[in-house]
Amino acid sequence: MTTSPQAAPQGRRFGAAFAALALLAAACTTGTSSAGPTAGSTTAATAGSGTSAPTEAARPSGKIVVSNWDLYFPETLIADFTAETGIEVEWVKHTTNEDIVGKLDAANGTGYDVVLVSASFAEGLNNRGWLETLDHGLLTNISHLAPEADQLGYDPGNTFSIPYTWGTTGLCYRTDLVPVPPTSWNDLLKPAPELDKKVTMLATDRWLLLPALKVLGYSLNETDQAHLEEARDLLLETKKHLLAYDDTTFYSRLVSGEAALVEAWDGWCNYGIADETVGSKITYMIPSEGTDLWADTMTILKSSSNKPAAYAFIDYILRPEIAKTVVDLTLYKVPNPDAMALVDPAVMAQFPNLAMTPAELLEGEPLRDLGAAAPLWANIVTQITAGQ
Amino acid sequence: MLRRRLILLGPALAWWAVFLAVPVALVLAYAFLTRGTFGGVVPTFTLDNLARAADPLYLRVLLFSLRVAAIATLVALLIGYPAAYLIATLPPRWRTPVLILTVLPFWTSLLIRTYAWIVILNREGLINRGLAAAGLIDQPLELLNNEFAIELGLVYGYLPLMILPIYASIERLNPDLREASADLGGGPLRTFRRVTLPLTLPGIAAGCIFVFVPSLGNFIVPDLLGGGLSSMVGNLIQSQFLRARDWPFGAMLSLILIGLMGALLFFQAWLLGRQRREALDA
Repeated sequence: MTTSPQAAPQGRRFGAAFAALALLAAACTTGTSSAGPTAGSTTAATAGSGTSAPTEAARPSGKIVVSNWDLYFPETLIADFTAETGIEVEWVKHTTNEDIVGKLDAANGTGYDVVLVSASFAEGLNNRGWLETLDHGLLTNISHLAPEADQLGYDPGNTFSIPYTWGTTGLCYRTDLVPVPPTSWNDLLKPAPELDKKVTMLATDRWLLLPALKVLGYSLNETDQAHLEEARDLLLETKKHLLAYDDTTFYSRLVSGEAALVEAWDGWCNYGIADETVGSKITYMIPSEGTDLWADTMTILKSSSNKPAAYAFIDYILRPEIAKTVVDLTLYKVPNPDAMALVDPAVMAQFPNLAMTPAELLEGEPLRDLGAAAPLWANIVTQITAGQ
Repeated sequence: MLRRRLILLGPALAWWAVFLAVPVALVLAYAFLTRGTFGGVVPTFTLDNLARAADPLYLRVLLFSLRVAAIATLVALLIGYPAAYLIATLPPRWRTPVLILTVLPFWTSLLIRTYAWIVILNREGLINRGLAAAGLIDQPLELLNNEFAIELGLVYGYLPLMILPIYASIERLNPDLREASADLGGGPLRTFRRVTLPLTLPGIAAGCIFVFVPSLGNFIVPDLLGGGLSSMVGNLIQSQFLRARDWPFGAMLSLILIGLMGALLFFQAWLLGRQRREALDA
């Protein structure tokens, strides 16, 4: 809806109020139980890393401004970080990637120290020359990142962005309402007669076109007009059978049974799976034609006046015991195998897609900034949504 | 005298300048500039955005939006006028509570209230469950994700904006006029058509504008209740600013919309003025 091209995350935050029930149920139970041990281990970790790193007067201090989606930092993360380091953090909340990019646009890339945005938007910010080239020597915990997290097409070597969460887009469905388990994106694009008007697709441009582009064998970052028009024609056919284009409530439609099969981000399918009554009948799969690899990333602005503190903040989040609380809250995967190993086995069992390995994720195609082709995409999407 | 006027008008003028004149001027300026490759606005003059807006695709979206907004306005008027009339004829001590009830929904965000309609209208929603339980239907009614739901959401959302100005104009109406009409042999219908209706026309016109304008630009309702299956001009503009990061083209579309609404307002003012002159002449 208001939603936009952000990775799953920002859309989620947008419908956050509605995710809240499912989220609170899942995240609070696991979150509170982990709060104790986490707090203990962080203080221990400080003592260690504090002495090994800069002992000179260079110890980071002062204040930083961080922009992130609402509900996308674990509740105690900032307070714990401040308690440990003395660095004050002002958390400014953005509703969408476009929201924060627009603010940066208006202020010519200033006003923040750390900004969390989806990968393709980080790429766009970097193209405008606003992002700090990261000194990995200042991020001691970067060693916990999966080697695969260094090979993401939008930023090989993580030169201007560090992935915060990552995941895929696939099919989320009710096993009791879908007679034949789906295998292909065509099961969504050409739904079986009994699924007519019981399927939804994501509304945001990049994911609205994804199933058609994959079926046609084109790139998710396609810029060729003829290829995009082929995808449009396919999607106009599909539209006749759709219940809705929906970025925010699709998992509750599955829970209510209004929809049986939906295109979904993995983490959001988990909100459906978290439902106590029908969650066990909801499952997630990736169609055979393949999918995307989306990532939400942490970046430091070149204009930051307190870069040491900004690095310290990102380094803090890279700690396995902290990154693990991000998984508990969001039910997204983090590119931090040491953190994934800390996640409660019961949670891993309830949400099988959390177990996808970095190697499996890397089979997905990273979403890139569309650059000059963005208006063409918007036009194609309008042709689809305004079409009959 | 002039100084006092300036002091009294100052805050309103400043508000108008900062929050209306300046933004509209920016929209006007952006509409003739160029999009940067990664977003942003490059200060190179172009008429390209105007040429792009002439695409029949966007014209179709605009016509659809005009139709949806016109239907919503008409329905709101048909519901709102009798409601306003009723409120105005209530005993005075009942009027204020009823008026408060009328505007009460505004205390909650339209976004939240629109989500509430999803709960009510969907296939497994309150209405369909209720009708099925009563044995009235076997197949759920399709109440959501279509044009009906869009109209419903718009009428629901903006109905108070129709009721209030009409109420104000009816309440101001001197009851002696209706009595005079009756004394002169006018039946209730004729009195309504020849006395009440013409005298409350300014309220009707204001209410219609208040409903039509926000309906035309609305993008939340088509997204949520229309299931994103149709695009209104608000969606189009939103998508240019946010998704395509094409501010200049979004500004051009906004400018066209602003121009269209401005033309409607002038037309309305002209119509009312003519009517007033005729009434005076008569």
